[in-house]
Amino acid sequence: MERYWQPEMETASRETLTKIQSERLVALVKRVYDNVPLYRERMDNAGVKPEDIHSIADLGKLPLTSKQDLRDTYPYGLFAVPLKDVVRLHASSGTTGKQIVVGYTKNDLETWSDICARQLTAAGAGKDDIIHVSYGYGLFTGGFGIHGGAERIGATVVPVSSGNTERQITIMHDFGCTFLCCTPSYAMYLAETIEKMGVPKEEIKLRGGIFGAEPWTKEMCDSLEQKLGIKAFDVYGLTEIMGPGVAFGCSEQNGLHVNEDHFIIECIDPETEQPVPDGQQGELVFTCLTKEAFPLVRFRTRDIGVLSHEACSCGRTFVKMSKPMGRTDDMLIIRGVNVFPSQIETVLLKLGYSPNYEIIVDRVNNTDTFDLRVEMTEDMFSDTVSGIAKYERTLTEALKSTLGIGVHVVLAPPHTLKRSEGKAKRVIDKRKETGKC
Amino acid sequence: MLIDQVSVFVENQEGRLAAVTELLADAEVDILALSIADTTDFGILRIVVDDTEKAVKVLRDNDRIVKVTKVLGVKMDNQPGVFAKVVRLLADNGIGIEYTYAYAAGRGADSAALVLRVGDNEKATEILKNAGFAV
Repeated sequence: MERYWQPEMETASRETLTKIQSERLVALVKRVYDNVPLYRERMDNAGVKPEDIHSIADLGKLPLTSKQDLRDTYPYGLFAVPLKDVVRLHASSGTTGKQIVVGYTKNDLETWSDICARQLTAAGAGKDDIIHVSYGYGLFTGGFGIHGGAERIGATVVPVSSGNTERQITIMHDFGCTFLCCTPSYAMYLAETIEKMGVPKEEIKLRGGIFGAEPWTKEMCDSLEQKLGIKAFDVYGLTEIMGPGVAFGCSEQNGLHVNEDHFIIECIDPETEQPVPDGQQGELVFTCLTKEAFPLVRFRTRDIGVLSHEACSCGRTFVKMSKPMGRTDDMLIIRGVNVFPSQIETVLLKLGYSPNYEIIVDRVNNTDTFDLRVEMTEDMFSDTVSGIAKYERTLTEALKSTLGIGVHVVLAPPHTLKRSEGKAKRVIDKRKETGKC
Repeated sequence: MLIDQVSVFVENQEGRLAAVTELLADAEVDILALSIADTTDFGILRIVVDDTEKAVKVLRDNDRIVKVTKVLGVKMDNQPGVFAKVVRLLADNGIGIEYTYAYAAGRGADSAALVLRVGDNEKATEILKNAGFAV
């Protein structure tokens, strides 16, 4: 049976949610107008006063906020409360450019724990579970976010943090951990290492996993479930908005419910900045309704996804966003074609390859080269060149039909491509390194 | 005689072949015959060794992809025309050769050995035996 942490919110009617969101939006706009110079200036320039915002229908009147705004106001320019009310700071992982810093009041941390508790409950975790958190603890929001949620539901938390993979497995085995929280790429690395260490699968007690912080595919989800013998759940979040838990996967395993009592999600056309209808791909934009210390208004995430307001079998009424395809930042433009690394992952897993790969893009004689290093498996290896070429050809063709662009596949021995303990880095764009972009 | 051949995947990068062969050297595996198939991106090192089990273990323990294949070992006189005769025999009997390589038993030795990878080991053995070869 489906379990909820805060059913009154998670299953509230659309009417109730709209009312809550509207009230909270009106209060938020007032707060940021009064306390954050950048928002006041932007609203003044756009000719919008707090009094013009009556409900969420007026959301489009408010200016959008970009990542650059966060960098420009670094470190504390967007804080809406004095620092004496801030009890915690976190910083973005800085995967794309200069880091940004975010703050939390005591209430903000409460909210964060609640939304992570909703996530864990949706994944079936409870008081009796032992939750192994391999997200990094530190400035990165991953570790502390899930940690707070796990304590809130009364589970036993093991704050392993990242690194030292063999030790992680010993802990997982000896402590009898039942849930694993980390990035999907690290979960895959753990699965491989369990196999390699020869730990009997039945001695690992894991039954669920909550994975996020990087784009991953349905195929990766299936593969992790099979390798670790678990049910895998998606979690979405970003430092700017809160950290993990902004949206969470449910038993339906098809999209993530956005915690709409705390956040408004919009999906816009990145060019025109106009909303796109449900079912259509667009850039996800978030507004923090209840956050006190660092409330962002209409923040452009650069994550590409799709929204759905269709009823979900889990009973939650929160709007669902698809698994993000990736950040517009991750998107590569190769010979004029848009390529998302997640598309490559899908193809690799479908054909039985390991999801570890390395994309190397360069420009030679004014033409982009696109090499993909893939780990070959024992099954694919043959003593004849033609035997291997057959697999290579199948892969090359599948990639070409998915990506719409030719790829030069380079086979590598297994376990030789770099594994990541946090967010995987899979793209080497030499065009950027040499200023050829 | 059917013999075990060990194939190893080798990336086409400097030092990779050296690394593989050093693994075998350190394990004191003696290579009796070898050939390399190469493409622009990778190579397949094929070897016949004195201790197949040991070779496979040391390679796998070091994350190498390995495959053991049964190949045909044929002894033949170290004289002009003998190899041609073997190949002709197989061709006339409709047996395709995927690849083959040979090694001389020593300088001035009067016999050499041939490793043959064919589609049908049994049939090839019979044909060569009937023709008087030590298979």
